Amino acid sequence: MGPEEGVMQSRAQAIGILTDLMTDQPLVICNGFPSRETHKLHDRDANFYMIGSMGATAGIALGIALAKPEKKVIAFDGDGNVLMSLGTLATVGAQKPGNFIHVVFDNEVYGSTGNQPTYSRVVNLEKVAKAAGYVNVERVWEREDIAYEFKDMLSREGPSFLLIKVNEQIEDADRVPIEPAAITRRFKAALQ
Amino acid sequence: MIDSDDFVKALNDIGFDFFTGVPDSILGGIIAALTDSRSYTPAVREDEAVAMAAGAYLSGKVPAVLMQNSGLGNAINVLASLNLIYRIPCLLLLSWRGFQGQDAPEHLVMGQTMTQLMETLRIPYRTLSPETMTNDLQWTAKTFMEQQIPVALLLKKGVVKTVQP
Repeated sequence: MGPEEGVMQSRAQAIGILTDLMTDQPLVICNGFPSRETHKLHDRDANFYMIGSMGATAGIALGIALAKPEKKVIAFDGDGNVLMSLGTLATVGAQKPGNFIHVVFDNEVYGSTGNQPTYSRVVNLEKVAKAAGYVNVERVWEREDIAYEFKDMLSREGPSFLLIKVNEQIEDADRVPIEPAAITRRFKAALQ
Repeated sequence: MIDSDDFVKALNDIGFDFFTGVPDSILGGIIAALTDSRSYTPAVREDEAVAMAAGAYLSGKVPAVLMQNSGLGNAINVLASLNLIYRIPCLLLLSWRGFQGQDAPEHLVMGQTMTQLMETLRIPYRTLSPETMTNDLQWTAKTFMEQQIPVALLLKKGVVKTVQP
């Protein structure tokens, strides 16, 4: 990755900035350390933690957004997940759900399998999202910009794509201790 | 042959209210009927469709996913590591291409192995027919509600009316 001016956050720091600005929005978090870190930092019933089904984050969040147009729906995704299901950017861009915010914590590696590099090092995912039809697209890495753009997206008509370049730091966070079927039950109840 | 509008109405009557998928010619009549009633959200890949249906289910909808049986191959990881372990149900409407080896070559392997795949994954399924339709739909609703996992109806060519005569 080329030199970026300013200070890159860790993904956990970025998660903290965003969750501080959230209220009761339904949140889908991709598999791997993003779910583990979000659970450690800000567990709530309206968090849907994925432990498998890599690539499905935005699809699940899109299903919720279409079914619940009155709610702002947020996805915490990773660069590996997005690359695995790049086609979903087209589905979102074409359906244009105004209540959809797609956050991508882009550390340019597969964090759970040994930090092998991903192609987001050279492929600008936010440019793909823009071409696919996302209405608001930003690429950020500094603390103030992350907060500013996310706050803006929360108040605007989307779909929005917030690519946050983060460093490779991983929080010491255990696997999500909730049984998957229990995650389903409490998330479903939180959305009623 | 089952009329496609009647079939969609029958699905609505037992509660299905969210439809997504990737097309197949066998499913064309059903997709046309759903599109006319603005009930269908196309997906670009079958695993994405299953994910969208899961999101809809978590939001209180009762979802169905339409796909050619080739798409089952694309959908397996989401079925296995999302639906089956999170107990998230959906109806899979699978067209049966390659049935009894009668089809273009690309369909022959999946046409032969599909039911074994379903059995291996322990996804309950039934083969739809005009004579058994009422029973099949009752079974669908019951199994969906009781087991909270994906259930499948297999649609052979000529069972539900398509767009082409």
